[in-house]
Amino acid sequence: MSVYTVPDQSGKFGNFGGRYVPELLMPAVLELEKAYEEAKQDKHFLEELNYYLKQYVGRETPLYFAERLTEKAGGAKIYLKREDLNHTGAHKINNTIGQALLTVRMGKRKVVAETGAGQHGVATATVCALLGLDCIVFMGEEDIRRQALNVQRMELLGAEVRSVEGGSGTLKDAVNEALRYWVNYVEDTHYIIGSVVGPHPFPMLVRDFQAVIGEETKRQIVEQDGELPEKIIACVGGGSNAMGMFYPFVEEKDVTLIGVEAGGSGLETNKHAATLTKGKVGVLHGTLTHLLQDENGQIEEAFSISAGLDYPGVGPEHSYLQSIDRVNYTSVTDKEALEAFELLSRREGIIPALESSHAVAHAMKVAGQMSKDETIVVCLSGRGDKDLRQEGNMNVKEEK
Amino acid sequence: MGKVKLEKALQEKLSAEEKIFSPFITAGDGGLDILPERIKFFEENGAAVIELGIPFSDPVADGPTIQAAGSRALDNGTTLAKVLDVLEKTKLERAIPVVIMTYINPIITFGIEDFARKCAEAGVDGVIIPDLPMEEESLIAEALSKGHIAFIRLAAMTSPTERLQELAERTEGFLYAVAVTGTTGARTEHDAYVSTFLQKLKTYTNTPVLAGFGVSTGEQARALGEHSDGVIVGSKIVQLLHEGKLAEISQLMEESRSLKV
Repeated sequence: MSVYTVPDQSGKFGNFGGRYVPELLMPAVLELEKAYEEAKQDKHFLEELNYYLKQYVGRETPLYFAERLTEKAGGAKIYLKREDLNHTGAHKINNTIGQALLTVRMGKRKVVAETGAGQHGVATATVCALLGLDCIVFMGEEDIRRQALNVQRMELLGAEVRSVEGGSGTLKDAVNEALRYWVNYVEDTHYIIGSVVGPHPFPMLVRDFQAVIGEETKRQIVEQDGELPEKIIACVGGGSNAMGMFYPFVEEKDVTLIGVEAGGSGLETNKHAATLTKGKVGVLHGTLTHLLQDENGQIEEAFSISAGLDYPGVGPEHSYLQSIDRVNYTSVTDKEALEAFELLSRREGIIPALESSHAVAHAMKVAGQMSKDETIVVCLSGRGDKDLRQEGNMNVKEEK
Repeated sequence: MGKVKLEKALQEKLSAEEKIFSPFITAGDGGLDILPERIKFFEENGAAVIELGIPFSDPVADGPTIQAAGSRALDNGTTLAKVLDVLEKTKLERAIPVVIMTYINPIITFGIEDFARKCAEAGVDGVIIPDLPMEEESLIAEALSKGHIAFIRLAAMTSPTERLQELAERTEGFLYAVAVTGTTGARTEHDAYVSTFLQKLKTYTNTPVLAGFGVSTGEQARALGEHSDGVIVGSKIVQLLHEGKLAEISQLMEESRSLKV
């Protein structure tokens, strides 16, 4: 069996990935790589990380058999990996706790981050409060409007939230500003990037910190169901929950891995965030990957009801996994995601994040075509309280 | 042509005991029609080389002034292909070397080999790519070399000595010394370390060292020029061009060059 060993020394996943950053940032990127390589070998660091994951984040999270959802789909058994039950309500904190501990290890006391839905911003602000670090979070003005509650949370946690007015006022623009801020304050500040994107080593280290999702799932599904599942489904924006879930299963060739991108208003409309389905290869935010861009190499705005998937790029490892045909990528529309949002709430008493609702929607589509002794695991990456206002607005719009 | 032309032009200035002045402008800001006219203006005012910035949707190394200029240029339909077309059509009208500064993504979309070939045809003498560090430069180095285009490297104050030496060794045409720890844009003052930084770079290479980022006054230009071979002025010039204040640009260039070697 081939052994999956990406990225290589230079941060490449095949041709994807790399470190496309200004020279000014190179020393910081190399310093981070070195600090991470050392930390990985340091028993003390790993113990501390595991301590916080257990006692503070609340891991491990349950793998829950969704019986009434399964009944509705009328086919394969559907299990939900409950990342929504983590402290702060999403998988994001698996990464922020790891990176915050690295920040301290590098002797830095200041943190900058970007956020889309606000989940990564909240998870960053939370661990900064925990470890006594200064925290600035950049957030697009459109996202600040649609995720007001998370802005209040971050501020209560002591973070400074800075509104980004350029571009579409969403995640891409927030990353631009966070990178510019890092360029200006790189000497005493660490950038806690929120997904498996950005220059090496970020895609690798964020994946590694999120891999706890897949590792737990692998153990839990065998305990509960006796064997590995037929399919695993996760939503993909930048793709950190998906990467964390998929990574421990990459060499389990009998397990079909499916990434679900945001189809927005539909792939035919150009109002979507289906980077891997419709994008072209290029460089954005320090990495070579699939991007939504025009014929002149200008990055286009992504579109999705879910702020967390509203990103015109995707983690380079996803591009790689697509190129070697290991993961299938598909998309579901805003409308389908909203239906799944309601369905899971009504049938299981679990309000999923709109991001995770994309994965649920796709699971409902495929489960019905599978037999009753087969299983699907869905990564329920976050909870949906934050989306109630957004969901309400959408329904009002549709009624008009 | 190309690298040789750039090297020769800079050497001539230095031999005449003049400091090098290099303006940066965003191509297409104010429309692409006026680009040849603007190049002419800087040539007549004694610029040694002109840098043309290609607008990009996500310019993470740029501060607010150049971001705004880039947005204006994109809004009026400026593309890398169109800029190269204009340069090719007007290449006999100018003697001054032209350097393209662009993020890597528009080049990837254009096609790396095509880009290098088209640069050679359009009379582009050098290329600066702010988001392509040494680790990734093999993507384009060979294509530029084949086209005899100078591949200009950027050195930063955060770079450790070994990296600075390596960059100084590799650079072609000139070495672009980033004189701030930050994005482009006017600054009131420069870090005290900057003079040491520039002096160090000068000892690593015989290629001219030009200081850029954060230079907005003749006084700053002269101060940085004391430890380097000249300066690159971007945001300030972009702003003055946008406001139509050409006389102020001439004055800034005059003041910047008043220090002799």
